[in-house]
Amino acid sequence: MIKAIIAFLVKVFYQLASPKHFYRIAGKLIPWFGWFAAVLLIAGSIDGLFIAPVDYQQGDSYRIIFIHVPAAWMSMFIYMVMATSGAIALIWKIKLADVIASSSAPIGAAFTFLALVTGSIWGKPMWGTWWVWDARLTSELILLFLYLGYMALESAIEDPRAAARACAILAIVGVVNIPIIHYSVEWWNTLHQGATVSKMDKPSIHLSMLIPLLLMAVGFKLYYAAAVLSRARNKVLLTEQNRTWVKEVVGLESGVKHG
Amino acid sequence: MFKVFLSLIKRDLRLAFRHKSEILNPLFFFVIVVTLFPLGISPDKQILAEIGPGIIWVAALLASMLSLESLFRSDFDDGTLEFMLLSEYPLSIMVLAKIVVHWLITGFPIIIISPLLGTVMFLSNDAITTLMITLLLGTPILSLIGAIGMALVVALKRGGMLLSLLVLPLYIPVLIFSSNAVGSSMAGLAISGQLYFLAAFMVFCLTLAPIATSAALRVSLE
Repeated sequence: MIKAIIAFLVKVFYQLASPKHFYRIAGKLIPWFGWFAAVLLIAGSIDGLFIAPVDYQQGDSYRIIFIHVPAAWMSMFIYMVMATSGAIALIWKIKLADVIASSSAPIGAAFTFLALVTGSIWGKPMWGTWWVWDARLTSELILLFLYLGYMALESAIEDPRAAARACAILAIVGVVNIPIIHYSVEWWNTLHQGATVSKMDKPSIHLSMLIPLLLMAVGFKLYYAAAVLSRARNKVLLTEQNRTWVKEVVGLESGVKHG
Repeated sequence: MFKVFLSLIKRDLRLAFRHKSEILNPLFFFVIVVTLFPLGISPDKQILAEIGPGIIWVAALLASMLSLESLFRSDFDDGTLEFMLLSEYPLSIMVLAKIVVHWLITGFPIIIISPLLGTVMFLSNDAITTLMITLLLGTPILSLIGAIGMALVVALKRGGMLLSLLVLPLYIPVLIFSSNAVGSSMAGLAISGQLYFLAAFMVFCLTLAPIATSAALRVSLE
């Protein structure tokens, strides 16, 4: 029984790893992810912006949390995805993992940027300044630098195969370093930051605020899934452009458009 | 295997001493960058003593990074690196030898000259001792992490700017702990925690960075 399940999983794994099947399966999955993401994000925004109660300390301005926190979660999650799929690509030589990693990078950088911008906007009413060298904000900024370095390296190496492998190594080195960087920044901050700008003690979050937060978080994840799959589909078409199945797919699709 | 390690160190050191500028330029760079700050900010004793540790460390970091080019560039250009990849000995050992030499010709001179810069930045004697210890523990980390970045960009024509993008974020923990240790010893506080962290981080990099560097070299030279 267990053997059969494992054999089935391995089969699915290999099927997914073949660009042709991936293209087909991803094409079917994207609308599902996309629509669910839209529904969850709309529901989460309405719940977060209008239904969730006003915070007794921060007033209405805390509501930016429903974008800020999920974006920050995504920024770390996507880097983990990049490093994991980079490792998979290096170990098992699965090209598709490289495609996933490199398709993730710009989305991850965008989420990191979003987390930084919303954090800064939130900081203005809370701390009185646009920017505070707060440990988390600083770590997030360094994460953005790591993303930018990854993308710069990818675009600098002309051969896509070599670029993907170099980027995989960089992502793994980055993932090993992220906890070290994060904790050293946190430690640095506790020593440097005086009492002038003290961070508010966060009360453990109430259920009525947690629900929209989780809705938004899952919505962001599904949006990422849809976005990364459609970017990956594009990349697969580009890298496999000389194969017959691509010519068939492209011919078919453009035929439909013209017809 | 140890023989290969030693002979590579000897060869690289000899090469470095034939091009003295490779040793002197990072050192001059280090001194000049530190000199710019009093000119740009203020010659005031108190201000300089406060920002001195950070400035000296940032300058050391930049000097080490800008000299990374010497690590693999010439061996890449004349094909020696490819022979190393093909040789029967483990690549990470040879890479480690090259990193050791890079530290000897860039990190070590910086440590030697650092008391002078500490004095002109008005650091106390204790702080200068701490500065030297942090440089002793920290500059090897810079060479080790830098080697990974250099190995990734060695095959590129204009890798310099890119290298700094890749490497500088990874240098941040070293900067934080080292300059904080120097600052703390200025204030007469305990610094063993920071030094332990630096030592641990150095051992960590010493174990893993040569492996990552050789993986990166194999990608670059494919």
